[in-house]
Amino acid sequence: MCLHGYAGKVLNVELNTGKTRIEPLNMDYAKKYVGGIGLGMRLWLDNSKAGVDPLSQENPLVLAIGPISGTIFPTAGNGHAFVAKSPATLGISEAVAHGTFGSEMKRAGYDAVILKGKAEKPVYLWIDDDSVQLLDAAHLLGKSPSETEDIIKEDLEDYYVRVAAIGLAGEKLSRIACIINEKTRAAGRTGLGAVMGSKNLKAIAVRGTHDIVPAKPDEFMDMVIEFHERMKGPATRKYRTLGTAENVLVHNSLYCMPTRNYNNAHFEEAEKVSGEILNERFVAKIIGCSSCAMRCEHEVVVPEGPYKGTMTRMEYETLWAMGPYCGIDRLDAIIKGMELANYYGMDAISAGVIVGFAMDCYENGILSKKDLDGIEANFGNSEALLQLLEKMGKREGIGDILADGVRSAGEKIGKGAEKLAQHIKGLEVTGYDLRCLKTAALGFAVSFRGADHNRHGAYAFDVKGKVDRLKAEKGRGKMVRDMENLYALIDSFIVCKFSRGTYYKGLSDMAKLFTLVTGIEITSKELDKSGARIITLARLINIREGLGRKDDTLPWKVMNVPIPDEGPVEGAVVKQKELDLLLDDYYISRGWTLKGVPTKTTLKELGMEGLLKIVKGKQEA
Amino acid sequence: MVKIHERKFVSADPEKCVGCQICEYICSWTKEKGFNPLKSRIRVVRVNQLANMAVTCRRCEDPPCVAACPRDALKQSDETGTIILDSDKCNGCGWCIEACDYGAIMLHPETKVVHVCDLCKDEGEPQCIKWCPEEALTLVTSDVLAQKARITAVKKLFQEAKKKK
Repeated sequence: MCLHGYAGKVLNVELNTGKTRIEPLNMDYAKKYVGGIGLGMRLWLDNSKAGVDPLSQENPLVLAIGPISGTIFPTAGNGHAFVAKSPATLGISEAVAHGTFGSEMKRAGYDAVILKGKAEKPVYLWIDDDSVQLLDAAHLLGKSPSETEDIIKEDLEDYYVRVAAIGLAGEKLSRIACIINEKTRAAGRTGLGAVMGSKNLKAIAVRGTHDIVPAKPDEFMDMVIEFHERMKGPATRKYRTLGTAENVLVHNSLYCMPTRNYNNAHFEEAEKVSGEILNERFVAKIIGCSSCAMRCEHEVVVPEGPYKGTMTRMEYETLWAMGPYCGIDRLDAIIKGMELANYYGMDAISAGVIVGFAMDCYENGILSKKDLDGIEANFGNSEALLQLLEKMGKREGIGDILADGVRSAGEKIGKGAEKLAQHIKGLEVTGYDLRCLKTAALGFAVSFRGADHNRHGAYAFDVKGKVDRLKAEKGRGKMVRDMENLYALIDSFIVCKFSRGTYYKGLSDMAKLFTLVTGIEITSKELDKSGARIITLARLINIREGLGRKDDTLPWKVMNVPIPDEGPVEGAVVKQKELDLLLDDYYISRGWTLKGVPTKTTLKELGMEGLLKIVKGKQEA
Repeated sequence: MVKIHERKFVSADPEKCVGCQICEYICSWTKEKGFNPLKSRIRVVRVNQLANMAVTCRRCEDPPCVAACPRDALKQSDETGTIILDSDKCNGCGWCIEACDYGAIMLHPETKVVHVCDLCKDEGEPQCIKWCPEEALTLVTSDVLAQKARITAVKKLFQEAKKKK
C-alpha cells in the first residue's frame, strides 16, 4: 500500500471498552481544514458536546497528522498535533510537537486518531499498522515520559517504535501537563497531558510500515532539492547557530523581555543567561528531527557543579521562563529546571511563569514562607525554583495549588494574587513584554489557545521595527489576521515554524507543496481561506464553550503597570482603549462582529454554513 | 606487492550526524520509489540525544554474512567489495543478519529476502552521501579512515600543547 499525502483513514479508539473503529477520512474536511490542528479541531467538534468538562470522559483527545507527513520534504512529516478542550483555558486547544512520531503515525496509515472515554485502569495504546491494542501500563505509572519510552521499546522489542507519553504531572491531572515524545519534544501548551491522564492513557506507541509516495514524484523531488538548499541558507541561520536562545540579548536590548513576573522588562543579568553563553558553555550537540536539513535542537549538558551531567534540550522560551522571569541568572540551575519539567511532563514555559508568580506573591507578602512549605521564594533564588518545580510535578504542598496554573492559583490564594497572575484565557504568558510590543499584544489577546506567540508570530513586526511597536493603530488587525492564517496552515500541513522563512513565495510555495504531495489542486488564495477557516472554526468552538470578546484581553500588569525601567520604552502599557481599537480592527479584518462573532456572510464565504447553528442569535453587532 | 585497500564504503561521522534520517528517506526513495525507513539500506541510530549515527554495510574483508549463508545466496564482488545477493537462493533465514556485527544487512519487509547497501551502483554515486545535509557521510576506504583519525589525533595533540603554553 502506498499513500499520497492523506492516509485516508481515521482511527477511533473507545478507551472504556478497547473497541476500535476505522472510518474513512472525510475528504471535504481534508480539503477545507488541511490536517494537523485544522483537521483535529474539526474532528473534535464532531465528537464533543457544548460545555464539556475538559477532564471528563466526554472530552475526546484527537491526534492529527498532516498531509505532508512522512515525506522527505524538509521538516515535513515530523510533526503531530494533539487537540482537545483545554483544562487550562476551557476553550479549544492544540499543541504541536515534532520529532519522528508524526511520520511514523502516517506510515501506520492514519490521518488522525480520536481517543474517547476513559480506560478502567492505566493503559497505553499500541498502534502497529492495522493492529491496535490497549496494553497494561501499571508498570509505567510515575515514570517520566523518557523512561516510559525506553520501557515500552523494550516491552515491544523494537527500538524504532515511536512513543508519546505523559509524566507524573499528566497522571495527576495538572493543568500544565504536556505530552512528550522522544525525550525532549513536547506538545507543551494548554495542559493536554492532563486530558490524556484523565483517560488513564499513559502513552501512545506507534510503528508504521507503509510507503509514502507523493502524487507527483518528479516535480516533488525537484522542489525538495530546492528547499533542502534553502534550509541551509540565511532563512534558518538563527536556528542552526545560536538557536532561539539568541532572543535573550535581542529582547533584553529592546526592553521587551518580561523579568521578575513582569515587574521589569529588562534583566540586568541577561549577559549571564544569554544564548551566546549557553552555546559556549553548555551546548553539546545540535540534532535534527526527521527529514530536516536545518537541525535546531540544542542539546545542553551541564559540565560541572551541583547539576553536573544534567542533559536536556534548551530553547529561548523555557530559558526565559525559568531564568529572567524568575530573576534567576544561573544557567546550570535553569537547565536543571528544564530537565525537571521534562521529567514530570510539565509545560516548561507555564512552569517557569508559575514559579515567577509564586516568587512575586512571596515578595509581596501574599504567600508566606510557611505557605510555601518553608521555601524562601525570593526572585533570583534558583534553589527555590527547583524545589517549587519538584512540588508542582508531584502536586505536594503548595505545588498542588500551583500545578493548575496561575489563573487557578491566583483565585485560590486570593489577597490580590489574581493581579500577579500573568495569563490570557488561563494560559501563562511567554517571553515577549506585551506592553511595548503592541502588534504582538493583539495577537496574544485574540489567540484561541490563550497567551502564546506561536499562534501568530506577530511579535516579528514589532521586534524587527516594521511598525511603531508602542503604537496601537488600525492596520494591525489585518497583520495579525494574515500571520494567524499562515501559522494555522503551518500547524495543519504540518511543517516546522522554524522553516517558515524558506517559503520565499509564502502561500504559493505552500500551495505548490500541497498539490505535489496530495495531487489535489489548490491556489494560494484558497489556502489563505483555509487558514481563515481554521481560525474561524476555533473561534466558533470557543463561542460554543462560552468564550468571547471579554476573554480577548491581556494580563493585568500589561494593562495596569507601565514599564518602570529607564530606557527606550519606559512607561509603556496597553490601555483598554488601545486594546479595544486593536480588537475592533482585527474583528473587522476577519469579518466578525465587534463582539468577535463570525457573521453569516463570513461563514458562507468560508463554506462553513453548516456551523451557523453555533452562533445563531449571537451575531447582532 | 603490498597494495593499499581499495574497497570503499559509506562511513558516518558521529560528530556531524544529527539523526535526521534524510539518508534513510533518500535510500528507500532511490531503491523503491517510496519513503520508508524500513526499506532503507542505511539506518540511523540515536542512542541518546548526543549520540547519533547512521550505519550501513562496511564491505568487510572476508565478510561474515557471506560465510554464514547456508544457501550460498551471498557473494562478495572481488572488484568493489559489494555484497551481491542471489534473491532466488535467499529464503530469509537470517544467518547473515546474525553474523553481521553492524546490523547492516537487513530483511526487506516485503520481499522477505535480505537487502544491503550497493553504493547505488545504478546511480553512479551513493545518494545518501549526496543528500546528507551535514556532510556527515563519506565514501572511504579503511586506509583513508585511519589517516583521518591519525590527523585528527595529532592536530588535537598540538592544540592542547599550544593551550598549555
